[in-house]
Amino acid sequence: MAIGQISVLLIALAAVHLPLGAYLARVYTSPKHLRVERAGYRLMRVDADAEQKWSSYLFSLLGFSMASLLFLYALGRLQNHLPMSLGVSAFDPAGAWNTAVSFVANTNWQWYSGEAAAGHFYQMAGLAVQNFVSAAVGISVAIALIRGFQRSGTDGRLGNFWSDLTRTCVRVLLPMAFLGAIVLLATGVIQNFDSHTAVQTVTGATQSVLGGPVASQEVIKELGTNGGGFFNANSAHPFENPTPISNLFEIFLILVIPFTLPRTFGIMVGDKRQGWAILSVMSSLWLASVALLTWAEMSGPGAVARAAGGALEGKELRFGTAGSALFAAATTGTSTGAVNAMHDSLTAPGGGVAIFGMLLGEVAPGGVGTGLYGLLMLAIVAVFVGGLMVGRTPEYLGKKIGRQEITLVALYILTMPLLVLVGTAVAIATPAGQAGIQELGPHGLSEVLYAVTSAANNNGSAFAGLTAATPFYNTLLGVAMLAGRFIPIALVLALAGRFASQRTTPTTAGTLPTHQPLFVGLVAAVTVVIVGLTFIPVLSLGPIVESLT
Amino acid sequence: MSAPTLTSVEASPNPHAHSARTASALSWAQIRGAMPDALRKLNPKEMVASPVLFVVEVGAVLTTGLAITDPSLFAILITIWLWATVLFATLAESIAESRGKAQASSLRATQKQTTARKVIAASGTSKLTSGFTRMATEDVPSASLAVGDVVLVSAGETIPGDGDVVEGAASVDESAITGESAPVIRESGGDRSAVTGGTVVLSDTIAIRITAPAGSTFVDRMIALVEGSERQRTPNEIALNILLTSLTIIFLLAVVTLQPFAIYSGSPQSLLVLVALLVCLIPTTIGALLSAIGIAGMDRLVQRNVLAMSGRAVEAAGDVDVLLLDKTGTITYGNRRATDLLVATGATIEELAGAARLASLADETPEGRSVLVLIDEKFSGPGAEPLADILGAELVPFSAHTRMSGIDLAGPDGLRIRKGAASTVARWVHSTGGVTPDQIETLVDGVSMTGGTPLVVAQQYGSGPARVLGVIHLKDVVKEGLRERFDELRAMGIRTIMVTGDNAITARAIAAEAGVDDVLAEATPEDKLVLIRREQAGGRLVAMAGDGTNDAPALAQADVGVAMNTGTSAAKEAGNMVDLDSDPTKLIEIVRIGKQLLITRGALTTFSIANDIAKYFAILPAMFMVVFPQLEVLNIMGLSSPESAILSAVIFNALIIVVLIPLSLRGVRYRPVAASALLRRNLLIYGLGGLIAPFIGIKLIDLLTSLLPGIG
Repeated sequence: MAIGQISVLLIALAAVHLPLGAYLARVYTSPKHLRVERAGYRLMRVDADAEQKWSSYLFSLLGFSMASLLFLYALGRLQNHLPMSLGVSAFDPAGAWNTAVSFVANTNWQWYSGEAAAGHFYQMAGLAVQNFVSAAVGISVAIALIRGFQRSGTDGRLGNFWSDLTRTCVRVLLPMAFLGAIVLLATGVIQNFDSHTAVQTVTGATQSVLGGPVASQEVIKELGTNGGGFFNANSAHPFENPTPISNLFEIFLILVIPFTLPRTFGIMVGDKRQGWAILSVMSSLWLASVALLTWAEMSGPGAVARAAGGALEGKELRFGTAGSALFAAATTGTSTGAVNAMHDSLTAPGGGVAIFGMLLGEVAPGGVGTGLYGLLMLAIVAVFVGGLMVGRTPEYLGKKIGRQEITLVALYILTMPLLVLVGTAVAIATPAGQAGIQELGPHGLSEVLYAVTSAANNNGSAFAGLTAATPFYNTLLGVAMLAGRFIPIALVLALAGRFASQRTTPTTAGTLPTHQPLFVGLVAAVTVVIVGLTFIPVLSLGPIVESLT
Repeated sequence: MSAPTLTSVEASPNPHAHSARTASALSWAQIRGAMPDALRKLNPKEMVASPVLFVVEVGAVLTTGLAITDPSLFAILITIWLWATVLFATLAESIAESRGKAQASSLRATQKQTTARKVIAASGTSKLTSGFTRMATEDVPSASLAVGDVVLVSAGETIPGDGDVVEGAASVDESAITGESAPVIRESGGDRSAVTGGTVVLSDTIAIRITAPAGSTFVDRMIALVEGSERQRTPNEIALNILLTSLTIIFLLAVVTLQPFAIYSGSPQSLLVLVALLVCLIPTTIGALLSAIGIAGMDRLVQRNVLAMSGRAVEAAGDVDVLLLDKTGTITYGNRRATDLLVATGATIEELAGAARLASLADETPEGRSVLVLIDEKFSGPGAEPLADILGAELVPFSAHTRMSGIDLAGPDGLRIRKGAASTVARWVHSTGGVTPDQIETLVDGVSMTGGTPLVVAQQYGSGPARVLGVIHLKDVVKEGLRERFDELRAMGIRTIMVTGDNAITARAIAAEAGVDDVLAEATPEDKLVLIRREQAGGRLVAMAGDGTNDAPALAQADVGVAMNTGTSAAKEAGNMVDLDSDPTKLIEIVRIGKQLLITRGALTTFSIANDIAKYFAILPAMFMVVFPQLEVLNIMGLSSPESAILSAVIFNALIIVVLIPLSLRGVRYRPVAASALLRRNLLIYGLGGLIAPFIGIKLIDLLTSLLPGIG
């Protein structure tokens, strides 16, 4: 069962990523605009052919995100006045802020339950739109970084943000989401504008069931590695994810763009082997996480779980242990955060692997765009150490890693641990933070660590257990999401700008080869060791202690 | 004004003395000598430059306070070893510097204040090139000399400052600078005009125009360099330091935030233990050795008699993609040698050999002598004329005008022999009414095609028509072993380009023989500059060696420009390295040293980070085993007690610095292989080794510390 699912998934991903990768490369290199895109540029009053320097690219990106954030905040505060509001009340300021940040930052952490607190209009015009554009922002940054590697000795221009954003939505996400939604509908995911319907349950009780435009939102939730569920139960809800087939298809949707972008990268930098190397790092880390999670959940804690064929608590029987473990590895390996099982109920080692998957910085394979640029940053660290060991000033794809480059990379590497460790420490040391913890002891620490990690890495999945719908957590996690999204983006774009203006050094036999298995191993080792060394102390008091109990 | 004594020559930087010293391990004397300086470096003001060590020092101050307020054997031992960690780091740097200091003091001996004989009327006579030796002089202290002054120096006197010889020629003892005891010739005009202050004239009198003001002479710069007083961090060292600093910050965060988690878990940690954990995690090993590695890298160059004017150039040497090598003197021996005799139709080999021998007997040039060697070895026969015949003969020296040399015998036959370039000899033959057979043209072209130089030999009896006897094949002889070295360079990813003034055919033939990758033929100094610019525009780093004034622009343009010490001041000024041995093939060695420097940094960084994994296995169970006994599983080393585990990790962390000092001074072994093979090897040794070594080391230390009362 486990092996079969994984094999089908891998074959599908392998088959799709080649043509899709090439298509994406064409999307971002084609000089032509579509008519609908031109109309959009006229509407936004931007010149989509004007190349931007990194700073102006960044300001456009920040301006766009800021506007989105304010718009979403306003929608949340006013949602009781919106059409199809289903009678929900307005979000309080902390809640509206948290959700606005969360969806703009592609985190999609939800402190509320979707069906109880969000109306249809807010979901569609607010959240679903952000599902598209926040994903497009991530991909745009990755493309800008690729252009930085691609260009040599220019004045540091990286393309046009508005064009990248629009093309990603128009040519990539919308068509793919359209196709994906049809497949989901075929598996039984609902799509309507129904409000609450009263139904009689088998036991005779009456239950109020909410309908809604679920398929259209579900597909981009996975495709854009967003994760915010229409329903509170997220992908465990039968309207979102009815069958094992839909489950596997949703996993495929989560992984397809992150695993495709290395191909696009290889094509755009003119050396497909470089793309293969990055893909290999991503897949080996991800497969390790799948293997560990599946093993942890299937062998379950204690004799009962073993007899039942795995740890079943908090899992949907229609997906089974393997289907849940695979989904958990996909959602934490990417920065998706959709869940089809209670992560709080994962076995201790399984929960540890899920946290570690996020702590890797969401690079295995990571979120759309963020995964690629995150891994490229780690590759630069590997190149720095490895490059020295072959006796040259380190260089990656012909770009020398000097003082300014390594400073930007070092700040990037610092950002996430800073947010996670300080955020978790503040939460664990203050009464407001401790108040949210459901279970004391090591598991309580895991809950808080999971929440802050999820926010800082723009994952958005929750361990449950933690009561995060408080002003304290809404504010703390909001800050973590915002900083965890935009500080790295700023650093990546600055680095891309430097690379674009740097002259490319030609490759010789003395250059560190960055396409060979040895380098793949080095990058994977650097990733695991840096993350491991940073977080082992806190992990040892949470999941590790739990696992050993 | 004294001739150098024997002792001062011995104290000078002699390459052999240095290599002997490097080979030996650290000596106690060395450590003792470096200790005062190491203690001085503990000054926090100096320490801030290295954030990793600064954190250790702050930690040591904190634990000192704890050990005083709440004394225990554990606290005292941790404190002692934390201070030891900082001290070992400063000691490493001091030992690296101490080698340079010894050299500097011997160089200072050459800097004694001397009296210079300054030509009074020389100021304002910058265009004057002769007649100084007859002008009036005044005695002034050498320190007062200004640029442009002209001084006279005679045999036995010390040259008062750097300058160019503007008149005369002299043999000069430069052993104080180069360690080479054989005197060298310095003469006005040409590329051997530069003299260095502090060297001693052994014969004749020369006039020198001062080119560097007192205080910034070559020796001054050399002292500053070897002493490390002007040492600035190089770009890659700065970049690595940034990476290490960010790792330090990450670990600082990990340890500082551990306390709230520990309190939550019901197991608050003492400050002592947290400091110990922090010091073990931050990359102290590479942090401690980083500057020693840089200083030792420069020192390795000095040991090979190369002075790098900046550390940046040493690093750039590791990155070089293209080597420009002059053909003459670098790839070939510089003198063409006769390798074959080709007989013309109608002449015999004996005739040709005899005539060639006669014509070369009085030829003192290396080419002329090589003709004699060839004939003696391969063509000696009855044709050799008795030596007596040339008595009274008239030598015809080579001149730019006639472009031939030869000999006119005094005998009744009036035998005249000429050798020279084909066209000039043919003209001479025609002028006597003789003819050159067509076959000569074939022979000449054949020699030219293979890159050789044909010398046509002809003779004339009396006033009869001259007759062409044949052709001497002169060839540039490529130095032995170069092909292998170029293969090595290719494996390292470095392209070699041979630069020569020869025509394209000759150049290509020699290039093929030597195994260089590319040729720049009929090169002018401007061509060289253009070539360098073109390579650099393609993103490549270029290294070259040169000595002439017209090399100066190219030397300045190259990323690594090595000027020969025998060269002109302009060349030495333009390059960023000076080779005191004036050996252009040393470029290859400079590249190796540059690479070795970078590899050593990378290897020790990898080692340092890999070490941390074992330290976690030692310290984390020790910290939390009290509340979470199940963490005992992680104590895979079976360390005897929490205190002993933590102490062992701290001691290992300190001792590993000392263990690695010799390696950081010597540099990691470098073999010229492809980058992937190099990476595999170094990852295996320093990555895997760094992972395993501390498990063994900490366990062994634990076996000892567990014997201490209250620890084990």
